[in-house]
Amino acid sequence: MGIDRRGFMKVSGLTILGIAGGASIDGLASPQTPRKKAAEAGTRRYAMVVDLKKCHSQEGCRDCVQACHLYHNVPDFDNRKDEIKWIWKDSFHHAFHSMEHEHLEESITEGPALLLCNHCDNPPCTRVCPTKATWKREEDGIVMMDWHRCIGCRYCVVACPYGSRSFNWRDPRPHIKEVNPDFPTRTRGVVEKCTFCELRLAKGQKPACVEACKEGALIFGDLEDPESEVRKALQDRFSIRRKPELGTEPEVYYLV
Amino acid sequence: MIENALRGSKRYWTWVFFLLAVIFVGFLFYLKQYHEGLGITGLSRDVTWGFYIAQLTFLVGVAASAVMVVLPYYLHNYKAFGKITILGEFLAISSVIMCMLFVVVDIGQPSRMFNLFLHPSPNSMLFWDTVVLSGYLILNIVISIVTLGAERKGIAPPGWIRPVIVFSIPWAVSIHTVTAFLYAGLGARPFWMTAILAPRFLASAFAAGPALLILLVLLMRKITKFHVGDEPIKKLTVIVTYAMIINVFFVLMEFFTAFYSAMPEHVAHFKYMYFGLDGNANLVPWMWTSVVLSIFALVMLIVPKFRYNFKLLPVTCVAVFIGLWIDKGIGLIITGFVPSVLGEVVSYKPTFPEIMITIAIYAVGALLVTVFYKVALTVRGEVTYDRVRPLETKAVGTK
Repeated sequence: MGIDRRGFMKVSGLTILGIAGGASIDGLASPQTPRKKAAEAGTRRYAMVVDLKKCHSQEGCRDCVQACHLYHNVPDFDNRKDEIKWIWKDSFHHAFHSMEHEHLEESITEGPALLLCNHCDNPPCTRVCPTKATWKREEDGIVMMDWHRCIGCRYCVVACPYGSRSFNWRDPRPHIKEVNPDFPTRTRGVVEKCTFCELRLAKGQKPACVEACKEGALIFGDLEDPESEVRKALQDRFSIRRKPELGTEPEVYYLV
Repeated sequence: MIENALRGSKRYWTWVFFLLAVIFVGFLFYLKQYHEGLGITGLSRDVTWGFYIAQLTFLVGVAASAVMVVLPYYLHNYKAFGKITILGEFLAISSVIMCMLFVVVDIGQPSRMFNLFLHPSPNSMLFWDTVVLSGYLILNIVISIVTLGAERKGIAPPGWIRPVIVFSIPWAVSIHTVTAFLYAGLGARPFWMTAILAPRFLASAFAAGPALLILLVLLMRKITKFHVGDEPIKKLTVIVTYAMIINVFFVLMEFFTAFYSAMPEHVAHFKYMYFGLDGNANLVPWMWTSVVLSIFALVMLIVPKFRYNFKLLPVTCVAVFIGLWIDKGIGLIITGFVPSVLGEVVSYKPTFPEIMITIAIYAVGALLVTVFYKVALTVRGEVTYDRVRPLETKAVGTK
């Protein structure tokens, strides 16, 4: 029995299709990863409250940024184009440009705002991910990242309204000054961002930035717990969130 | 059938080797990008998608535009398009392959590409874009092999292919609609948050695609014996005319909504494109070139005397194609990122390696079009040859 070239190409074409199709059906049929199941164990909703006035009291302080970046092996590229940042200080103007007006209290507008991933309740970044490499953890609301699954399409970076996600344009490893062996380093070509220090939380520790802040400007806790520090802080003072009109429900609040 | 691509004139081979050389150079730059990362491009934290994704967007349009020859022929029985449907389909196949290559070069971890299929995510528009693009590729490959194969044997194509072809018509619309949905559903990017984005994509595609097809047909009339006659070309020109008018109309709608509402986050992007923002006027010369080309093209298309002048037609088509390429392949994607989500005006310029990789992918497309058209034309040559001459002289070398 002979097989001619056309026959061979038809068969091999169909085989490739079959494999691709089979793989996708497999993916569709397989049960959702255990992420969602844990939700039954009692849900928490982690949130961060930033006290802008306390944060401003130490001019030029970068304790939280340094602690975070050191702990998470965030590279330092020294140029804006390749920059990676999990938490950073930016101007009030950049952080809250829709809320700004000319005569706003100067102590608020002139000081920096601390920016990080908002761990939104309704995150646009996880919605657009084509590989489920980023997802919202149902049990505590943390927006997670799988650096081994991410294909580096950067759709999440495009969809994030807060500029909270960074992409590894180059190999980050040579740019890490001091490697923390307790935390993985990343490879080039993947997206990364703040994870609310989920590894530290699992060990019962506070996020690195909260621990590093001597002014107590950062308050972290569970919004589901009425006795938590975050709930109390939000009850006592007026707070704002970034771009609330987009319906993303950010979980980082700013006391003004 | 495909073996016809391996026989050709000196001119044919010179062109093929030229394209291969361009592809080779681009491939070397891609290796550099593969080893060093996307950092060698002009992309940044703020402008995260650029030239590659913009070309993908533009070429999805060219691919979808094949429907403009398929639909009149198969649904309205417009016989004059009979000879060029296969050219439209081959152009579609080549464009989809270019689109896929642009996705591959834009991805940070190409070796993990298969995760798209291993972890299908129906909530992601990128997932759906992969689905519709691969589906469109398969549809067009099947359709062109079956119809051209039948033509080679001088028989009518099998009956089952007709429903497949009809099915490919809405599918073509879907590929560009889903591509628009990649952008149009993001609260973070007000510039793309417009319901008219998908219709606008389709209108510009149905102008740019057929304009390219006219240029290819006119070129083939010049360098080969393939002659399609004037009627299909005239009809294609009418299609380009309508699509171009609708496209410009849609763009003006966008202007009205942005500037009359005067909402800063909408106005800022248009200002950046056409007038410059915060001293950054990167795109201004490009966008005004596009405006001038589009107005020129509209005049040439609307006035019947110019529209049917075959000497002027190539100039008009080039104006349409380049005007729309600037609009979609440069303006549309980059402007979505400027100003950034933090309101900053950041510049982006593709780097030399980025441009070389882009050119190489276009060269792949040109090579595919060349080979496919060569095959189609030779098959056509065989058909007429067989009918005129006895079978023993069947070994036809060049066209």
